[in-house]
Amino acid sequence: MSEDEVFDAEEVYARASWKKTLFTLVLFVAVALLAVFAISMGAASLGMGECFRVVLAEFMPVEEVSTFAQVVVLQLRLPRILMAIITGISLGVAGAVMQGVLRNPLVSPYTLGLSSGAACGAAIAIVLGVGLLGTGRYIIVINAFFFSLLTMAVVYGISRIKGTSVETLILAGVAMGYLFSAVISLLKYTSGHEELREVVFWLMGGLYTARWENVIILIPAVFFLTVLLMRYSWDLNAMSAGEEVAVSLGINVNRVRVTCLTLTTILTASVIAFTGVIGFIGLVSPHVCRLLIGNDHRYLIPCSGLIGALLLLASDTACRTMISPTEIPVGIVTSFIGVPFFLYLLVRRKRRWWQ
Amino acid sequence: MVAVKLTVSDLTFGYDGKTTLDGISLEIEKGDIVSLVGPNGAGKSTLIKCIDRILKPQRGTVYIDGKEAAQLSSKDFSKMMGYVPQSTTEVFPYTVFDIVLMGRRPHIGWRVTGNDVKIVSRTLRFMGIEEFASRYFDELSGGEKQKIAMARALAQEPEVLLLDEPTSNLDIKHQLEVMNIVKKLVCERNISAVMAMHDLNLASRFSDRIVMLKDKKVFKVGDPRSILISENIELVYGVRAEVIKDSKGMPYIMPIEPV
Repeated sequence: MSEDEVFDAEEVYARASWKKTLFTLVLFVAVALLAVFAISMGAASLGMGECFRVVLAEFMPVEEVSTFAQVVVLQLRLPRILMAIITGISLGVAGAVMQGVLRNPLVSPYTLGLSSGAACGAAIAIVLGVGLLGTGRYIIVINAFFFSLLTMAVVYGISRIKGTSVETLILAGVAMGYLFSAVISLLKYTSGHEELREVVFWLMGGLYTARWENVIILIPAVFFLTVLLMRYSWDLNAMSAGEEVAVSLGINVNRVRVTCLTLTTILTASVIAFTGVIGFIGLVSPHVCRLLIGNDHRYLIPCSGLIGALLLLASDTACRTMISPTEIPVGIVTSFIGVPFFLYLLVRRKRRWWQ
Repeated sequence: MVAVKLTVSDLTFGYDGKTTLDGISLEIEKGDIVSLVGPNGAGKSTLIKCIDRILKPQRGTVYIDGKEAAQLSSKDFSKMMGYVPQSTTEVFPYTVFDIVLMGRRPHIGWRVTGNDVKIVSRTLRFMGIEEFASRYFDELSGGEKQKIAMARALAQEPEVLLLDEPTSNLDIKHQLEVMNIVKKLVCERNISAVMAMHDLNLASRFSDRIVMLKDKKVFKVGDPRSILISENIELVYGVRAEVIKDSKGMPYIMPIEPV
């Protein structure tokens, strides 16, 4: 064969890599643009120009802005938008890694029982007022966080008994999810009116509780965990060919699995402890990404996070503004926006890799 | 590349208290193609997996050029041995290039270098599958998939290639193609190949040596002419067979009936 055919495969690879990099950049810009748009949307009618002046005034003395605009933009909208972005990133990244590490396209923080665990912890704190740690406002957050971690520990522990089979782990996650749902139902059934309302709100999830003090902690945490997980991209790629091949490529499959699951659990637990149950994003973002750029985890992990951010920010902006001043719970809107989009991608694409 | 000698010494493996390999010892010379043959359950695949550290034997040692394989780090070890599974399934969409690039895993950190890309495209060309580079793995036929799994193992640049029944799901053309690639590889790159084989006639044509396994133990080792005789086949497989010589004088086995 001639020399230029060697060139070909390299060329094909270079082009594919460039496309994926470009796609990542486009997503990044899209999230930024959507954030800018979202700042100017809301119940209080502030123009886009005014909103920018408020943000700008924080960094340099431009001109006078009204205190009202300042409060709305800086204290209400901005933290909420940032919260939507980091929550979306966390769920998207966690979904991509979990599906990769367990080689299963149906896995998400939701299916593995993490969300139910968090919800159960929150419900216990709300209804019984019992927390593992801390008091006051954070009792719910801390309970939700630790119950989520506890769920993964139990699920992984059960799978260890059967020699860490992936199937056992997923089924144990699903089973734990049902158990927690039962506990939540029991708590709802026995709780008073006020508590019931609060539990129901928590279960529907939402970003209305976003505050600067939480966002400031979550941004570095999410960034750090995402970078840590991206370091496993190659291992995840190799593991998708099956355990035996991964081992023969020099990968300690069990160690990668337990590390990735632990990191993704911390990642999801830390955001859903604040936001409540937000389903669907973690499941669907990786799939949207795969349909567009394939499964190379070096690109899949960041892109899935950015798609998650786009989806959640778009949904949250819609739920803030559609029937303002009232809000629709974001979980309802994510499904209304995300499901048709996802189904469209599924049907339009001919390839049937999910079989 | 300097070929290595592989020694398996007293290897014993079993799970759930059931022994599947019992004190296997063998030597694989540099540049040899060795076929492991034997009936179902004789332990062919298990032996391949034990050699590749996919399974951990209860007893026994594998030596590479006299050095204990278990002492090597998993990364260094995977630079020595390439493994081709019986069949490959990918749950998620990868292009052929990406899959073969995974074979570079033992050699790379996070960044893919130009050298890695060159090795992958050279491997694809060597296998005659360069035009598949940007195709998705799940769109390919069984024979093509098998070649890609082999290309991935080759991209590891191993000294020993381990193949678990490489021809069992393939049509006769692909069977011959795959075996010819193994032969060409062993010749050109001076590596050795160990294959678990069901097809005795392919084993006969393409192997330098045959290891016959029976009841979890090595029954006989030798060149195809001395091993593939009716007597051995009857003892190991429980099948009466007629062995004739093909045009090159290699044994050709025609099974007649079970005994």
